[in-house]
Amino acid sequence: MSADTHPAENTGLLANPPVDGSELIRFDQVTKRFGDNTVLDRLDFSVDSGKHVTLIGPSGSGKTTILRLLMTLTEPDEGTIRVGGELLTHEERNGKLVRAGEKHVREVRKNIGMVFQQFNLFPNMKVLRNITEAPVTVLGLSKDEAEERARELLELVGLTEHLDKYPTQLSGGQQQRVAIARALAMRPQVLLLDEVTSALDPELVVGVLDVLRDIARTTDITMLCVTHEMSFARDISDQVLMFDSGRVIESGPPEKIFSEPEKERTREFLKAVL
Amino acid sequence: MNWDWNVVDDFMPRFWDGVLVTLQALAVGTLIAFALGLVWALAQRSAQAWVRLPVIAVTEFIRNTPLLVQLFFLFYVVPDFGPSMSPLTTGIIGLGLHYSTYTAEVYRAGIEGVPAGQWEAATALSLSRGRTWRAVILPQAIRRVVPPLGNYVVAMLKDSPMIATIGAFDMLGEAQAFSNETFTTEALTVVGVAFIVIAYPASLLIRALERRLVR
Amino acid sequence: MMTSEFFTTWFLPGVWVTVQVTVYAAALGAAIAFGIGLARGSRYWVVRFVAGTYFEIFRGMSALVLMFWMFFALPLFGWQLVPMWAGVSALGLTYGAYGSEIVRGSLAAVTPAQKEAGIALNFTRWQRLRLIELPQAWPEMVPPFNNLLIELLKGTALVSVITVADMTFAGNLLRLGTNETTPVYTLLLVLYFVLAFLITRGMRLLERRAKAGIGQLPAKTGGTNGKPATRGKGLEAEPQTAGGRG
Repeated sequence: MSADTHPAENTGLLANPPVDGSELIRFDQVTKRFGDNTVLDRLDFSVDSGKHVTLIGPSGSGKTTILRLLMTLTEPDEGTIRVGGELLTHEERNGKLVRAGEKHVREVRKNIGMVFQQFNLFPNMKVLRNITEAPVTVLGLSKDEAEERARELLELVGLTEHLDKYPTQLSGGQQQRVAIARALAMRPQVLLLDEVTSALDPELVVGVLDVLRDIARTTDITMLCVTHEMSFARDISDQVLMFDSGRVIESGPPEKIFSEPEKERTREFLKAVL
Repeated sequence: MNWDWNVVDDFMPRFWDGVLVTLQALAVGTLIAFALGLVWALAQRSAQAWVRLPVIAVTEFIRNTPLLVQLFFLFYVVPDFGPSMSPLTTGIIGLGLHYSTYTAEVYRAGIEGVPAGQWEAATALSLSRGRTWRAVILPQAIRRVVPPLGNYVVAMLKDSPMIATIGAFDMLGEAQAFSNETFTTEALTVVGVAFIVIAYPASLLIRALERRLVR
Repeated sequence: MMTSEFFTTWFLPGVWVTVQVTVYAAALGAAIAFGIGLARGSRYWVVRFVAGTYFEIFRGMSALVLMFWMFFALPLFGWQLVPMWAGVSALGLTYGAYGSEIVRGSLAAVTPAQKEAGIALNFTRWQRLRLIELPQAWPEMVPPFNNLLIELLKGTALVSVITVADMTFAGNLLRLGTNETTPVYTLLLVLYFVLAFLITRGMRLLERRAKAGIGQLPAKTGGTNGKPATRGKGLEAEPQTAGGRG
């Protein structure tokens, strides 16, 4: 490791996981309802490893629900979700699908990390411990290892000098960058980004997006991203999925979706947000 | 262990006497607590420091010292320079006085819980002071006040057996006397169960009330 | 008047007994409060049901009646309790029930977003409780626990009724011996008030420390506290609430 390498390369994000472009996430006929409202309607879609995929579409079209399903924060009513070939919320036992126990869910879930719209840092822990706690208690890293990695990640997000502060002492943009470092510290294969700049004051958005661009450019981590920042989506995405009423109505590389969309609905949406 | 239902049967007439005394103490004590508490709460908001400060001091003192010792004080000390009262009367006054310092806090929180904008709006409409209280503040305060007041009535019920220690014949007083005369303990168990039987529906009622009022 | 001999043989030990009963009952009560409070949030309905039943029974129970019962009736079931422990148990059991409501309520008040962040980092249920939910609920618990502790202190006077020689018991003895009722009961009330005041001071300190532990110190530099607020720096800058809405 030479001193002039990019910080992200020091974090070892490149080494783990192996990226072979195979299918990493697969939704099969997934339906999710909240009361009478069908948010996802027999949704099929997949994401290959190493890809950066952005979900766009009007609010309420089910984009965030996809991330929450992957993170097991909510469960599908019908259909199955696989991560790395493994069923997420179910297990096969004697040829039948049954709800998975916590152990199985945690085993599959450890491949996934998430950054929230509202940051959700732990207010009872200082910045450094926000990042080291899960690697130590969940992954079983030693405190020194975890702290070393945390420092590297803080360097990556540009917050080295704040590691001894409580989250409440940071600005929203700083908190969100800590949250990104915290998610990366778990070395997930997939990073879920749920409208990560929506809760920020406009002048703080740039810093957070720059960090994410950096990560997208310098690592092979798979990203699944819900955002209203269209220029950001254009910059980092390999693929853009346009959602409406719980279904993917159009998908393709960003140049195509943003420049010459096929569907009228996509054109209307882009006209409204761009 | 030997449980004797005959003992329970023998106790029952006196048990009902005790229930009556307990409920009587609770009812009158509640009235005193509710009324006196309002007096404290208003006095604590007085603009006159010579009214406000002593009242705050006295209510704080009463609220932070044991009801049991206050009952002893009322029963043994007050007759030295004041009226001599029966155990039951003393007990009722003690309960009411003690809990009035709690209800005062409830009223205070209820009044302060009404947003300042409501006072300002009433002023903007040039409502009189009395009208503001009656038509604007109190109706809003009352829904914050009723559930906690109910909880204190239940708390008072559970503290009411203390009046037995100065010789009143409430549920516990009757049970104690009966047990001493007959060298049995069934009466105590009956009274213990009775408290749960009375308190549980009462607290269910308050929770239902709370759900209706707090919206 | 009160003789100095009486004071040293009854009153001072009585104060000490009151303190002891308060501490023991508070310890028992705290154990019950956390045990039952956590159990009431369990994902197994059996656990919730048992804990809820405990809560309803002991919350509806009069501490004095329970104390009498444990003192007089329990021995017939073959359980002879020393008066002091009958008193401590009765107080701990009833006040623990109230405390469980504080624990349950404060845990329920931790925002769901914090739980979700814990899931996203793959913590187990127990780890989430220990590392995230309890530490965040704790500062919310301290003020109501202070009130409860003062109620408990006041409740300890009841042990005098079952012959435990606490300070109320000493006061009653003194009345019987001297008829000097006014100074005796006045002194007694003042002593309880002082103890309650000390408890409140202590709990305020605890509250400040608890709040500092989650990065919320009162912004003003009161100057009353000898120890400077070590973590308060830069607080005025930007008090962003972490977590925000759910």
